Parts: sequence; structure tokens; C-alpha cells
Amino acid sequence: MATFHFELVSPERLLFSGEVDQVDVPGAEGEFGVLAGHAPLVTMLKPGILTVFTGGGRQHIVVFGGFAEISPGGMTVLADTAVPVESLDSARLAEEIKNTEEDVADTTDEHQRDRLRRKLEQLRAVQAAVAGLNAGAAAH
Amino acid sequence: MPSLKDMRNRIAATKATQKITRAMQMVAASKLRRAQSAVEVARPYAERIGAMLGNIAASVAGSETAPRLLAGTGRDQVHLLVVCTAERGLCGPFNSAIVRLVRERANALIAQGKEVKFFCVGRKGYDQLRRQYERQIVEHIELRGVRTIGFEHAQSIAEKLLSLFEEGAFDVATLFYSTFKSVVAQIPTAQQIIPATPPGGANGPAVVYEYEPAEDEILAELLPRYVATQVFRALLENAASEQGARMTAMDNATRNAGEMIRKQTLTYNRTRQAMITKELIEIISGAEAL
Repeated sequence: MATFHFELVSPERLLFSGEVDQVDVPGAEGEFGVLAGHAPLVTMLKPGILTVFTGGGRQHIVVFGGFAEISPGGMTVLADTAVPVESLDSARLAEEIKNTEEDVADTTDEHQRDRLRRKLEQLRAVQAAVAGLNAGAAAH
Repeated sequence: MPSLKDMRNRIAATKATQKITRAMQMVAASKLRRAQSAVEVARPYAERIGAMLGNIAASVAGSETAPRLLAGTGRDQVHLLVVCTAERGLCGPFNSAIVRLVRERANALIAQGKEVKFFCVGRKGYDQLRRQYERQIVEHIELRGVRTIGFEHAQSIAEKLLSLFEEGAFDVATLFYSTFKSVVAQIPTAQQIIPATPPGGANGPAVVYEYEPAEDEILAELLPRYVATQVFRALLENAASEQGARMTAMDNATRNAGEMIRKQTLTYNRTRQAMITKELIEIISGAEAL
């Protein structure tokens, strides 16, 4: 199977760099898979799970928004925040959601509340995606 | 002529100072290692986002819908100088080198009849610029108590910058910081961030990209991030440079203190011997007189 070069970077570090078979990306307008030879594309990402397929193995990484660029040279994902699923603490995520909910209730500033709401939506999306992934793993 | 006791005290004081400077050097060395690796891991993102922006910018270049962050306001009357410096001193010429570059730039701009405003990040730069340009400083942010600089700090600075830009407070923003070359070389750098000037597009012929959603929507998201990334990078470079500069400065200070101790001890011993000799002479001449 043809491979291509894939890089996942967040502002604080380089998370993945190497040859891969396939990458599934949560695009802003729908999830899509990328194989070698994909047409050049630039897209925004929504919070969700990014899956990297390498030689039979797969790796799930939670991304909170960002950008993906596919060029003939390979694919680059610039994630706002990226955490491998294994190191994502679901209890902490739930707590974060709860805190944000409280913040939304407490804030009086319109602009701030909008921002918190968006953050809350993102967090919920990630929680749902992780839950879906775990359920899928259990069914297998 | 200071007494022997005074001289002993001086030597002890110099030794204490030397101990402090040596400790500071060691602390700076270990902080430097951490700061340096932070710069290195952040570099790929900054490079990629620059390249990506370069690609997209090339495809929207010249079009009238290009966002203002990329195309500018069409004027360059008001310049905002974003000055990133350290929170602490005792790091050699680090802070003053940045401020000197800022002053030169500011004076050149003022001579051209432009208006200059300042946005200070870090206390030292603010303190130095305040004397001369008190009223032109529009913002000043202190990152005191921040142990490791996270992206969120850069982001909040970038948000302030962008909202100032939206209000039309300035036309051009330039970032001043010190690039970390090596432990002994930190280069004060000026980099224009608004309007964004991404590095030239990717090598080879321009690739025609598909955009999802449309270019301008992506650019509207990408540009603020690009600005935040540049600020982040400047802060990290600065952090590494600061520690590097402090290490060198403290190394020099330790060495100078050693030299001073040597000289002081020499004078102390000479004076002590001279006194003993004098006492002996007094005793002997006293005995001879009998």
C-alpha cells in the first residue's frame, strides 16, 4: 500500500511525523479519510478524533480544532491542541465541562459567554467522540 | 587606610557575592536547557503555519477580498512596536539591546513623520521606555509569576493586538525580541507581524488547492493564529535568550569576583605582614634601648 508523509504539530510540540497509510480527519465540513495521492486541499478542523493508520496499527489522537493541509509532498495537520486518546483523562474532561458550564452561567459579559459556549460545545463533541470510540472498541 | 578587620569583611562580602552569582549561573544554565528545548519543539508549528499561510496568501494575493490582516489598512502612518523583554534584570545586555533596537526604529519612524505607539510585554522594556515615551505606551503586559510560557499567554497577547488593530489604533505592527542563536549570541530582531508577511510560498510551482470552507473563511481563522504563533515564538526565543544572556553575564561576574578576591587577599596579607614587621621592629628597638 502506498504511503505518504504525515505530520501532526501543535503549537507546543511535534506529535507525529512519519510515513502513514491513511489518516482520518475531522474536517469542519465532515470527516474524511486521506490516502496517498489525495488532491491538494486546505481545510479547517472541528474538535474530534484524528486516526492515523500505519502498517496495520492505528493511533487515535484527540484534536481541538486547527487546520489540515494536503499537498503533493504530504499532509500537515496544525492542531490547536492535540492529545493522544490514551493520555486523555475522561474524568478531567468531564470536570472541565462542568466548570465551563458553571462559567457560562456565571458570566455577564456577552462576548465572554459566547466564547465559553463555543468551548463547551467543543468539549462535548470531544467527549461524545471519545465515548463512541470506547464503545466501538468494547464491541470488537 | 582601612583596618585589617574592614579588609576581612570586604573579602567575606565579595565571597558571598561570588556565591550568589555562581548559583544564578547554574540556575540559568538549567533553565536555559528547558527554554531551549521549548523553542525547538515549537519551531515546526511556526514553520508549517508560515508555509501554509504563504501558500494560501499566494492564491488570494491581489484580490480585493484579501483580509486586512494580510493586505494591511492601505496606510502606514501609525506604527505599533511590540516590545518583548524579560521580567528580570541581571542578564547582561539582553534587555537594553532590545530596547536600543526599538529606540533606533522609533526615532527613525518619528523622523519620517510617522506616529509611533508601544505595546510592552515584560517589565524591563516598559521601565526603560517609560522614561522617554510615557504617553505613547498603549498597553503593557507583565508575565511575572509565569513559570513556563504556554500558548495561551501568547494567544491573549495576540487577542489584545488584534482588537487594537480592529479599532484602527495602528496600521503596522512590528514585534521586537531577541533571537536565540547560541548561549553567547542573542540577536535583537524586529519582525513585522501585521500586515502578515509570510515567508515565500512553498518551493516549486504553486499548487492549486481546494479549500474547505472557502479561502477567506480559512484565512479569517488562520491569520489570528499566525499572529499568536509569531508572538509565542518571540516569547520562547526571548526566554531562551534571557537565560543564555544571564548565564554569560553571571559567568563573567563570578570570574570578576574571583579576581577581586585574589587582589583583596593579597593586599590584606601584605598589610598584615607589614603590621607584624612594624611590631617586631618596635619590640627589638625597645629591647636594644635597654
